[in-house]
Amino acid sequence: MLALDTLLDDLDFTAVLVVLIKVVVIFIVGLVGTMLMVWFERKVIAFMQNRIGPDKAGPKGLLQTLADGTKLFFKEDLVPDNANRFVFKLAPYLAFVPAFLVWSVIPLGGDFSNGKDGTVSLLGKATKLQLADPPVGVLLLLALSSIAIYGIMLAGWSSGSKYPLLGSVRASAQMVSYEAALGLSLASVILIAGTLSTSGIVFAQSSFSRWHVVATGVLPFVIFLIAATAELNRPPFDLVEAEQELVGGFNTEYSSIRFALFFLAEFMNTITMSGVIVTLFFGGPQPLKLGDGRLANVLSFLGPFSGTAWVLLKVLVFLYIYVWFRATLPRLRYDQLMNLGWKLMIPLGLGWFMLLAFFRIGQDEGWNRWAVGAAGIVVIGLSAALLSLAGKVSARNREREGAMF
Amino acid sequence: MEFLVFVLAGAMVLGGAIGVVVRNHPVHAALSLVLTLFGIAVLFVAQEANFLAAVQVIVYAGAIVVLFLFVIMLLGVDKAEDLRLEPFKVQRPVAAIVGGGLLVLLGMAVIASRDATTAVKGGGLETTTDDLPLTAANRMHDGNIRALARDVFSDHVLAFELTSVLLVIAVVATVMLARKPRKGDFVVEGTGK
Repeated sequence: MLALDTLLDDLDFTAVLVVLIKVVVIFIVGLVGTMLMVWFERKVIAFMQNRIGPDKAGPKGLLQTLADGTKLFFKEDLVPDNANRFVFKLAPYLAFVPAFLVWSVIPLGGDFSNGKDGTVSLLGKATKLQLADPPVGVLLLLALSSIAIYGIMLAGWSSGSKYPLLGSVRASAQMVSYEAALGLSLASVILIAGTLSTSGIVFAQSSFSRWHVVATGVLPFVIFLIAATAELNRPPFDLVEAEQELVGGFNTEYSSIRFALFFLAEFMNTITMSGVIVTLFFGGPQPLKLGDGRLANVLSFLGPFSGTAWVLLKVLVFLYIYVWFRATLPRLRYDQLMNLGWKLMIPLGLGWFMLLAFFRIGQDEGWNRWAVGAAGIVVIGLSAALLSLAGKVSARNREREGAMF
Repeated sequence: MEFLVFVLAGAMVLGGAIGVVVRNHPVHAALSLVLTLFGIAVLFVAQEANFLAAVQVIVYAGAIVVLFLFVIMLLGVDKAEDLRLEPFKVQRPVAAIVGGGLLVLLGMAVIASRDATTAVKGGGLETTTDDLPLTAANRMHDGNIRALARDVFSDHVLAFELTSVLLVIAVVATVMLARKPRKGDFVVEGTGK
């Protein structure tokens, strides 16, 4: 009854063992990856700010996160008097579990060369190097990112104090707004790939010109990257935990292991979101190939691990970009954040999606490509003019009523 | 296996539903609603209707209940209610009558449909046009995404567009209601504004 993986069709002991191995490996890799990510972020920021960064615990400070984590575990666990005890204790898990579950649909490797669909043989069973491959994989990602809101929202509310509440109200408004832009740029990818399954999306990106970052025309990728940063509440969109205004944001009242769970979830989300970007736009385990075998798989000497190596390499690039954002960009003001989301990214994402759909229809019907492009640009230009006109009128009305911005 | 999933998901749905009614704290009630919605999503997955399950979680749990919670938090009504107070006297008897009526109706519908399906051959869930069990049909149609899309965007496209018009009307109406009246605007007398 569960069509998540081909090997579950004839359930036997080996199949269960393979799934168990995959679960354990993903769990361990997730935890260790998060530990290394914290170290990586601190080191890179230190480098960008001309500091040394953690360097005492272990070689190059590699074990600093372990030391911090151990310290957090032995701290006193506080529950504020005003807190809603049940929800207060539930919230960290609601933040942590979705962060982990996203791993299950990201293709972490596999053999996609020469039109293979990424299945490998593990203990004599044909399986994909991802925990589950549901036909609605991408929607599962969206569902999990919308569940993740609950953790932050309830954490802030149940603390029973003002600053966490402000932080969590900001967080939920921000995440709900940017999820629309995220979904619209995702829709462009789905339109080009023609499938919702994550391994199907990777399968469709067989050469560099078919990578969705190129095939959808770069813009959806830019929108996705910005919206994802906002979803993650990372700088420059970290108004949720703006220390100068909100003490610590939604997690102010948390201590000990519950705080550690939030911390873990945040960094885990950064890694998984990079994985999602790589899967959707940069071909996941697909090697960098330019058309007909020129610049073939340069990592092919790794044999069956080359897919995993490519994923790792691409994810690292995005992790670096996220750290780079944090080190260089100043935080947005709240009205700037909302204006960017609602007035720029959502209309732009929608317009681009319509344009791609228009091209697709033109292709199917055999229309002249240039005529389709010209008509699309005219329509988009007109809509943009209308939108900016509406924006100007409402801004003038607001000014007349005496609003400050 | 399928029976076990059904029992567990059913317990989730029922437990959540009872929680919505019984918990006297609005936030706890909203969280119980999430439990119910998840149970329904699990039931969808058990029928191989993956798309419906995902959409159920994204739309209901991810958007609508978040909105509920948002309003509860912003308006500051997040206090436990005193259930002995009743501001609107007739609502409890009316609620009891409507609830009982709905229960009877649903029960009748279940009994009637059971008779109908046993009258058809096999007695299984042979409801699809392909004459296949529901799960097999769903599996064949790619987690029923394509079949659903074809249906919604061809046969029922008018209803679909009308629904979106309805949503736009709701948005416009909300903006109108939330707008502060300007000085020259029409004001109803006696409201003190």
